[in-house]
Amino acid sequence: MRTASNVRSARRDGSPFPVPDFLIPRMPDTFFTRPPHWQWLIILYFFIGGIAGGCFFLAAVLQLFGRPADRPIMRLGYYLAFIGVVLSGILLTVDLDRPERFWHMMIQSETGRPMFKYWSPMSVGVWGLLFFGLFSFLAALGALFDSGRLRWGPAGRLAREPLATIIAVAGGIGGFFLAGYTGVLLSVTNRPVWADSNWLGMLYLFSAASSAAALLILLARRRQPGDTAAISALARFDDWVLILELIALIVFLISLGSAAQAFLSVWGVTLLLIVVAAGILLPLLIGFGRLTRVRGRPLTLGTAAALVLLGGFALRVVTVMSSERVTVVGSKVVER
Amino acid sequence: MAEPMGFFTDTTVCIGCKACEVACKSWNQLPARDGGQSEMSGQSYDNTLRLSGNTWRHVKFVEQFESPYNGRWLMLSDVCKHCVQAGCLEVCPTGAIIRTEFDTVVIQSDVCNGCRACLGACPFGVIDINEVSGTAQKCTLCYDRMSVGLEPACAKACPTDSIQFGPIAELRQRANVRVEQLRAAGESRARLYGADPEGPLGGLNAFFLLVDEPEVYGLPPEPELPSKQLVPSAALSAAGAAVVGAVGLVTLRHNRMRDVAEAERADADREQREERPS
Repeated sequence: MRTASNVRSARRDGSPFPVPDFLIPRMPDTFFTRPPHWQWLIILYFFIGGIAGGCFFLAAVLQLFGRPADRPIMRLGYYLAFIGVVLSGILLTVDLDRPERFWHMMIQSETGRPMFKYWSPMSVGVWGLLFFGLFSFLAALGALFDSGRLRWGPAGRLAREPLATIIAVAGGIGGFFLAGYTGVLLSVTNRPVWADSNWLGMLYLFSAASSAAALLILLARRRQPGDTAAISALARFDDWVLILELIALIVFLISLGSAAQAFLSVWGVTLLLIVVAAGILLPLLIGFGRLTRVRGRPLTLGTAAALVLLGGFALRVVTVMSSERVTVVGSKVVER
Repeated sequence: MAEPMGFFTDTTVCIGCKACEVACKSWNQLPARDGGQSEMSGQSYDNTLRLSGNTWRHVKFVEQFESPYNGRWLMLSDVCKHCVQAGCLEVCPTGAIIRTEFDTVVIQSDVCNGCRACLGACPFGVIDINEVSGTAQKCTLCYDRMSVGLEPACAKACPTDSIQFGPIAELRQRANVRVEQLRAAGESRARLYGADPEGPLGGLNAFFLLVDEPEVYGLPPEPELPSKQLVPSAALSAAGAAVVGAVGLVTLRHNRMRDVAEAERADADREQREERPS
């Protein structure tokens, strides 16, 4: 446990050498707050929800602008989006301290009227998840019909124009929302790291897009090893989004200012080694052909995709847990 | 709406007796921590350590000693600040947190579902989950007592009047007089925290008289609403979505464009062959 002094003067007095004020980082106001205990279930939700949103977006682009040969991956994207959104709903409900009251998020318990606050990201997020869930369900039904596994007339209409395009566009927008709002939700708090930067939403969105592409690559390689053109296109997408993610991560860290001291812990090391080195740089080196073998063993697109998924999960672990460890005990800010 | 009511806590007359903590627990029937097992924290005389879902008053002890006989004690009875612009109320997705007719902020335990959004939104780290109810809880400024004209239990129990209860306008006047009195007596560091309606969060309905920087007491110097990040953060996310959308269009449409180009080239070759004289 490291206890930080709360004020500049205290730090200066404790130092054996005189230290000018401007060299001592000011403790941000966010450090004087308490953690909301959003831990593993929420981290999993951020990861799975982001992947669900990203998968839907990629499937929608493949549906609207891809080739007929891309349709199996499109269907896979819609299935994953639906599974992801169902898991997200379960994780969020289980994480509540009173899960049986989950519906209070949508309906005012006393009046029966809809509960909606456009200025509360959690309130908007609940409705966003609900609408995205609806579109991902419809898209998954359409995909089942498209694959020939479901022979039900209404599902066929979902797979045909104009409904198919409407669902793809509306769900794609919902997917983007789900991928990015979680970062905004964290920023609209008063907690260290989360509220000290405006870039977390964008960073989460890029990470969700890269993780979704990585999962599609991994699963598509197992299901249809023959369709290399579609998988290569996904890999190209992943490479470019990883570059964007790296830029956003650097900007995010710079924007934190003195709040970046929250990363002076095991989570900072995790950020460097797992998120940046293993989750972004290595997959980029593999993707651009700069690294093809390690100790004689070939590095494939699958290896790169698995690393991207690891990095995407670790990014959420690091950003959530680095903040959760800061709290106030007595009158002191404490970093555990 | 009734007149805004609140607390003025004069930390200079707090003797750290914790009568406020006991009175609060007693009136609000809040359970002891860890089943009542006594545990010494090792942090001065502060064994409560923090406000929580079942501790709505907490006396902080700050020891400022350079040597055993050269120093001073600072004591502050901490509580929910009942902010005029309340971050917890802003983010609560269930509508469980409301503003009362006394301009105080109250959590309705029967509505709260324990999502914990308010915990991270509070700029002072006041709110926490009550393990018994499974809901977020904090000081209500004794809403039940105020409704029948009684003062909150903590203020009633305070033996030195460190905690004063009353209409906010009247408390501010009293606080300003006290600051002047302390400065005249040589305590130049005396200041009010949260008394300025033009200041952070529109002022606090539970404000304090301090004799050092707020950070020394574990209070943020410039508390802010969580929503300050909403528009810029959402705008950057939307911009990110646009960029990812463009990258997706370019990379995933590539195969189709290549197929189309190849088909056009094949058509052109065929037409050329057909037009070429045999």
